[in-house]
Amino acid sequence: MADIQSTERDSVFAKALKEGLVAGALALGLFCLVVGFRTDQNIRNELILTQRWGLLTIFVLVAAFARFAITYTAPWREERKKTKRVVEAKEPSAFRKSFPKIGLGLLFTYPFLVILILTISNGSIMGGLQGSLKYVDNFGIQILIYVMLAWGLNIVVGLAGLLDLGYVAFYAVGAYSYALLSTHFGFSFWLLLPMAGIFAATWGVILGFPVLRLRGDYLAIVTLAFGEIIRLILINWTVVTKGTFGISGIAKATLFGIPFTPGPTGFAALLGLPNSGVYYKIFLYYLILLLALLTAWVTIRLRRMPIGRAWEALREDEIACRSLGINTTTTKLTAFATGAMFGGFAGSFFAARQGFVSPESFVFLESAIILAMVVLGGMGSLVGIAIAAAVMIGGTELLRELEFLKRIFGNDFTPELYRMLLFGLAMIVVMVWKPRGFVGSREPSAFLHKRKSVSGEFTKEGHG
Amino acid sequence: MEYFIQQSINGLTLGSIYGLIAIGYTMVYGIIGMINFAHGDVFMLGAFMAMIVFLALTTFIGGVPVVLALLLMMIVAMLLTGLWSWTIERLAYRPLRGSFRLAPLITAIGMSIALSNFVQVTQGPRNKPIPPLVNGGITVYGTNITIAYKQMVIIIVTAILLAAFWYLVNKTTLGRAQRSCEQDRKMAALLGVDVDRTISTTFVMGAMLAAVAGTLYLMFYGVISFTDGFVPGVKAFTAAVLGGIGSLPGAVVGGLLIGLIEALWSAYFSIDYKDVAAFSILAIVLIFLPSGILGRPEVEKV
Repeated sequence: MADIQSTERDSVFAKALKEGLVAGALALGLFCLVVGFRTDQNIRNELILTQRWGLLTIFVLVAAFARFAITYTAPWREERKKTKRVVEAKEPSAFRKSFPKIGLGLLFTYPFLVILILTISNGSIMGGLQGSLKYVDNFGIQILIYVMLAWGLNIVVGLAGLLDLGYVAFYAVGAYSYALLSTHFGFSFWLLLPMAGIFAATWGVILGFPVLRLRGDYLAIVTLAFGEIIRLILINWTVVTKGTFGISGIAKATLFGIPFTPGPTGFAALLGLPNSGVYYKIFLYYLILLLALLTAWVTIRLRRMPIGRAWEALREDEIACRSLGINTTTTKLTAFATGAMFGGFAGSFFAARQGFVSPESFVFLESAIILAMVVLGGMGSLVGIAIAAAVMIGGTELLRELEFLKRIFGNDFTPELYRMLLFGLAMIVVMVWKPRGFVGSREPSAFLHKRKSVSGEFTKEGHG
Repeated sequence: MEYFIQQSINGLTLGSIYGLIAIGYTMVYGIIGMINFAHGDVFMLGAFMAMIVFLALTTFIGGVPVVLALLLMMIVAMLLTGLWSWTIERLAYRPLRGSFRLAPLITAIGMSIALSNFVQVTQGPRNKPIPPLVNGGITVYGTNITIAYKQMVIIIVTAILLAAFWYLVNKTTLGRAQRSCEQDRKMAALLGVDVDRTISTTFVMGAMLAAVAGTLYLMFYGVISFTDGFVPGVKAFTAAVLGGIGSLPGAVVGGLLIGLIEALWSAYFSIDYKDVAAFSILAIVLIFLPSGILGRPEVEKV
């Protein structure tokens, strides 16, 4: 008996050793040129090679050992999975059920919590206010913009099942319409916010018309092309958009006419508060929170209306949808327009927040990131998408803060550089680990007697 | 007229490179129905490999004949880029086979971000210029049309590769397996085709052609940077869609067309808007021919 076990373990060891060696050899092949050599310019602008065999060895060894460890522990992990599977299958916990409510409560109190914590740790209110700037702006507002964009794109991709790779174009339309109309005509934020939404929705319809006949990936490439066209026009139509220089000095938003300026008519002076830039950030935080919640609310309400049902039907089966008498043309167009409108809102908010827009902010990568949030969040699940956005944006923002790594790897080490590399790798790892996204089940919008949550495995997304 | 012919030659050169990349897109799409977004970055990686091989040759050996250098660059880049593509497919795409359609698209986008940033981290963010490899050209007798030798190299290499590739797909067992997987993966598996292996080979072949395209790109422009994967990648994908995605001749035709449109538009209208022209023509063609120029119309059974 013991003999059999030991031979089994030996065979596992031999297999693991072999696979480790293969992985090492593979890594050697993959990395021998790009890691083994580094190309640098010398003074005459010629490339010279620097050899880095040490680094290459580390890469190869890491790959070999990782593969060895994975194969060697595989039987043990199988075993554990078997015992674990029995325990699962229970009702979702109370925390999970009330998660949206807790989350909302946290979101509404977030700026004050940050200020409170920082005031206590700094010992002064002023210190707390100034210190909270970074957390409210970089984390709060930044994440919420992406949450809103992802929820907007969710209407197109998650509900109507139309794969849109150029969503950032509508974001750009919103941002530039605010930037241009406010700098040239001096319109206020509150007038331009709905206008930006309308402009973006119009562009959504303009894009929607020609691509209505296209399906699946043809639609994807045309939306991608559209996004690039908008960006290229923004770069090259220098008379209006000032090209790559961008438009700066965009007016800030006001609270019903009260500006957030240090002067005597400003917000701080009117309320008798100490001067600080943080009020504007907190105001922006609540503004984008409300805009994002508006998106969520509209999505939830629309799902119960005929048009929302039509979107979901379209996603599941276009032919069945058409044979049941749904006008697919208007259904697709409204999905495009609604999604685009929220992109436009987010865009005008973005312009008001930055005070500066340039085509740099509207590259394809942004569309890809937003789409990744929708898919990683579980296509159609608002909570999942919000979590995905928070993890992805919050995570990459956190990487900016990794100053302590400098102490480990020396001063030449810049964590900034590795931000996007890790971001890309994380996208792959999360997708392979949870292909259905963070929230893999879908709440049906129409049901008989009892609402049963459907596992993501049984739902299919649309053709395009 | 001479100007037109000259610009067309430039367009065909550019189009050959797009065509070579587009084949990778269209083959992968044909066989597993997935947009391999990382393919543009695989192309960029191929160009980097070629650049490093070239530098290694000049540093360690010294003066190597240009033909030999080019050949070595191409072969090494092909092999290593093929290896990369195999690994990528194995790690990022295969676990998601049979999952829903958007999942591999997202890993492909992640892979594209990771690859370009990996090259940035390991090789530095600056442009990498190399000295011109092929100089000079010939003037067509009695006209002002010149054809640079490097353009001739591109067109000849592309033609040879396409011929070899055509033979591989149409006349060999591997090609037959590939075509059968494209038609019906389940049925092919039942008839004894190793589907996983065929898909892997497809990825490797696409990457090899992209590596050659990368080498040619490097030779033609003499410079490469880590961001250079995106725009040629998107153009090549546009070419694949324009020609009818899934169709191999379509990819080549689409590539040549996109190259021609770009060159002629830059010559006669505005160079700033050449990409806008290429993308707009794609949209217009798709409105009238929803499945591309040489693509089969999609028939759906209910």
